[in-house]
Amino acid sequence: MTEVRLEGLEKLIGRATVLHPLTLTIDAGEFFVLVGPSGCGKSTLLHLLAGLDQPTAGRILFDGVDVTDMEPRDRDVALVFQSYALYPHMTVRENVSFPLRVAKGTRRLTTSAVEHEVRRVAEFLGLEGLLDRRPQELSGGQRQRVALGRALIRKPRLFLLDEPLSNLDAQLRASMRAELRRLHEELHITTIYVTHDQTEAMTMGDRLAALNHGSLQQVGRPDEIHDAPANVFVAGFLGYPSMNLLAAEIRTEEIAAGPLHFAVPQGLPEEVRQCGVIVGIRPEHVRVERAESHGDGVVPGVVRLVEPAGPTCWVTVDIHDRQDHVAVTGTSVSGFFPKIGDAVSLSVQGPVPHLFDPSTGRRYGSV
Amino acid sequence: MRVETGWREQHRSTGLMWCLSAVVILLCLGPLIWQVVTSIKPDVDIVRLPPFFPSQITGAHYDRVLLRSPLLQSLVNSAIVATSATILSIVFGSFCAFALARLPIGGKSVILGLVLATSMFPPIAVMSPLYLFMRELGLRDTLVALILTHTVYALPLAVWLLTNFMRQLPKELYYAARIDGCTPLRALLSVMLPLARPALAVTALLVFIYSWNEFMFALTLTASDATRTAPVTLALFPGLYEIPWGDLAAASLIVTMPVAALAMIFCRHIVGGLTAGSVKG
Amino acid sequence: MTVLEHKANGGGPVSRTLSEKGWGYIMAAPAFALVGCVALAPIVAAMWLSLHRRLPVFGVDEFVGVENYLYLLSDERFWAACRTTLYFTLLSVTVELALGLGLALVLHGLTRRASSVTRVSQVVAILPWAVPTVVSAQIWLWLYQPDYGLLNYLLVQAGVIAEPINWLADPDWAVHAAVVMDVWKTTPFAALLLLAGLQTIPPELYAAARIDGAGWWAQFRLITLPLLLPIIMITGIFRTMDAVRIFDAVFVLTGGGPGNTTETLSIYAYKTLFQSLQFGYGSALATAMFIIGTLLSLSYLMVLRLHLREPV
Repeated sequence: MTEVRLEGLEKLIGRATVLHPLTLTIDAGEFFVLVGPSGCGKSTLLHLLAGLDQPTAGRILFDGVDVTDMEPRDRDVALVFQSYALYPHMTVRENVSFPLRVAKGTRRLTTSAVEHEVRRVAEFLGLEGLLDRRPQELSGGQRQRVALGRALIRKPRLFLLDEPLSNLDAQLRASMRAELRRLHEELHITTIYVTHDQTEAMTMGDRLAALNHGSLQQVGRPDEIHDAPANVFVAGFLGYPSMNLLAAEIRTEEIAAGPLHFAVPQGLPEEVRQCGVIVGIRPEHVRVERAESHGDGVVPGVVRLVEPAGPTCWVTVDIHDRQDHVAVTGTSVSGFFPKIGDAVSLSVQGPVPHLFDPSTGRRYGSV
Repeated sequence: MRVETGWREQHRSTGLMWCLSAVVILLCLGPLIWQVVTSIKPDVDIVRLPPFFPSQITGAHYDRVLLRSPLLQSLVNSAIVATSATILSIVFGSFCAFALARLPIGGKSVILGLVLATSMFPPIAVMSPLYLFMRELGLRDTLVALILTHTVYALPLAVWLLTNFMRQLPKELYYAARIDGCTPLRALLSVMLPLARPALAVTALLVFIYSWNEFMFALTLTASDATRTAPVTLALFPGLYEIPWGDLAAASLIVTMPVAALAMIFCRHIVGGLTAGSVKG
Repeated sequence: MTVLEHKANGGGPVSRTLSEKGWGYIMAAPAFALVGCVALAPIVAAMWLSLHRRLPVFGVDEFVGVENYLYLLSDERFWAACRTTLYFTLLSVTVELALGLGLALVLHGLTRRASSVTRVSQVVAILPWAVPTVVSAQIWLWLYQPDYGLLNYLLVQAGVIAEPINWLADPDWAVHAAVVMDVWKTTPFAALLLLAGLQTIPPELYAAARIDGAGWWAQFRLITLPLLLPIIMITGIFRTMDAVRIFDAVFVLTGGGPGNTTETLSIYAYKTLFQSLQFGYGSALATAMFIIGTLLSLSYLMVLRLHLREPV
């Protein structure tokens, strides 16, 4: 159980800034997720933590000890690569025992001790029958468990996972997600998990950090991030389907995002009124029903896209008001399954929508 | 994502590696450079060392070698033999490779095995009957004998490289051509060969270099200045009494230039062609 | 036959017009015929010749059965040539592989600093390979020249030797001089092939090994070497076959001397055939060479197959 602290960590490659100065603390024993689109710098950060790469500036501390200059093997971290990086010419047994076989000095174990450890890890991960096979003979899920075995056999203080599930099919992914959480519950190793899949991020982490273009956008628990996204990027990237983000102008009495109208919150700074605002509404809070419904705030529209989701569906509706065309995604009422081209009614329910500054993307307090 | 090894060790050892490479380059090119220097040194300087570099550059060696020796004729002979052998081995080799790769003939492994086996033979083992055979045919001391021999001994390489390559081309292309109405021959000429251009180029290069450089067959199957190829003339160069080192250097460089130029220009393809074969084959 | 194949074959009965099979045989025929006549037949003919005593100059041609081979077994010069060839081969190939591997590792390390390194090294390293063996021999003849050759000069200047050595006339040095020449010619190319092999190893394996705690020696021993072994072995096989058959370079360099100390099997066979014109015995020598070469390559192939049966 190790606490990891990053202070002002920065990485430049040539002239390009891959990571802007980043400060972050990951608590001991936490399952921490780093999420962001491709190229946002999350893998770079992982490699810096592992010691495979050197930061341009900043420090990395494990339990208060500066490890920035330490070699990977002295840091006692384990890294599971996206491609697993299993040694193709070694059996599963040899792969898993590799870290123990190359250990130096005081950490060196006898052959029987090594074998004992291999058995222990194999039982833990369900690899007993595969010990004499080669990686090429294994399925994707089996290979991943071997990679996990190799990582865990050393009982590392920090466990790093680089998009470990992206090579698996959907069903396997779901069961592996549960498996990884179980591992974490049993072993309590500080885990940093990198992914571009926002579903994984939201369901697996104790806390998560959203990264974009090398900068930290927001750090917090999944529910915090879901309910109070810090900016337009986080709002749009996390949560499925993505939050509706509509450009709106502020009039005296109301905020108008196309044909949708909302009350102006109190305490809104004056400058904001001039510049306009971006309104964010989660699809869960938009109701789509039959065209005949009427009422306050109900707007007519035409169905553009339908995505079934159990008893209801996600419906993307084209609404218009004079010349403005806006596409909004919402939930259909239970039992209502419209088709593309149908006329429907749309209304916004639930809490006051989020407001974002169009120039910086940051969110204003919703009250 | 660039993944680097121990960065501290790297900075130290990188300097060492550059030094090592410089030494290796010197060792690789040094003998050749020395030969170049020798070839432009006047005779009087050659037999004296220290001066590494000549006090004045002379073209006398090249002059003697090109104009007053059989070298020029032998260069022409080499060119004729190498070009003919290349063309023949490409033609026969690609036909055979196509048959082995795509057509349903029997005994493929036998044919391939036998063809490849010949590349393992020591040339000297076939020398005696070959010599007698050529003599019977009246082909002794002709370029034809040499062309034939070179073609045959280049065929294993050509067949191996081209068969591997053709096997990797999608089967559907051949079937599509056949359905469109081509005979297998037409399919080969119109579809497979154009696609096989890179492999054909590498094969042609390797065969040409092999034939140009070949010595033993050329030595035994030719007997006169009129038919000798360049390497043989070079080997027989040393005069009766004094070895004319300067002339020899000039001659050896002239003989080397065509293949050296070809090899340097296409080095990437040559290495690629041979490694592709050995890694998969 | 699939429907596709059947259609491609003209759709009709297989034997109607020239079928694919027929085309196949026609196309493979020229190459096979040529190889058969000019390569395979002569081997068989050579074996047949070796059972005769044939001296064309004197018109002698009589069948003597295995007499030539019996003589061969007691021929001291033959055994000397065998020893010379084997010594030359073992020394050359070992040095080439070791130096080639070292060079490849250096180049591989440098390529990660500057990607142009591979390209430049290919251009430089391919030169010794492309140079005709005869030219290579001439170059080294000149370097080994006792009176004004560069090698002696440099060694004396550097204080390594007191007096110039006549490399090619000294029975102790001549073979080694030939080895050095062969190493110069073939090591760079071997390095290029090994470098290509090194570049197929995924860099992530090394990253994983570093994290697992392996130092550079463990990485080399446990990852690089095992994965490179097939290429090393294949290169070794081809180089061995070439070294056993060596003729050109040694013939021009030393002619087999001094006093037959550098006389390889090929040279001995050549001299017997074309200098003393004994076609019968010369063929026996050549056949013996062929058998030795085949045995060597077969044993290599078996070792290779044994090793490669495990998937890499």
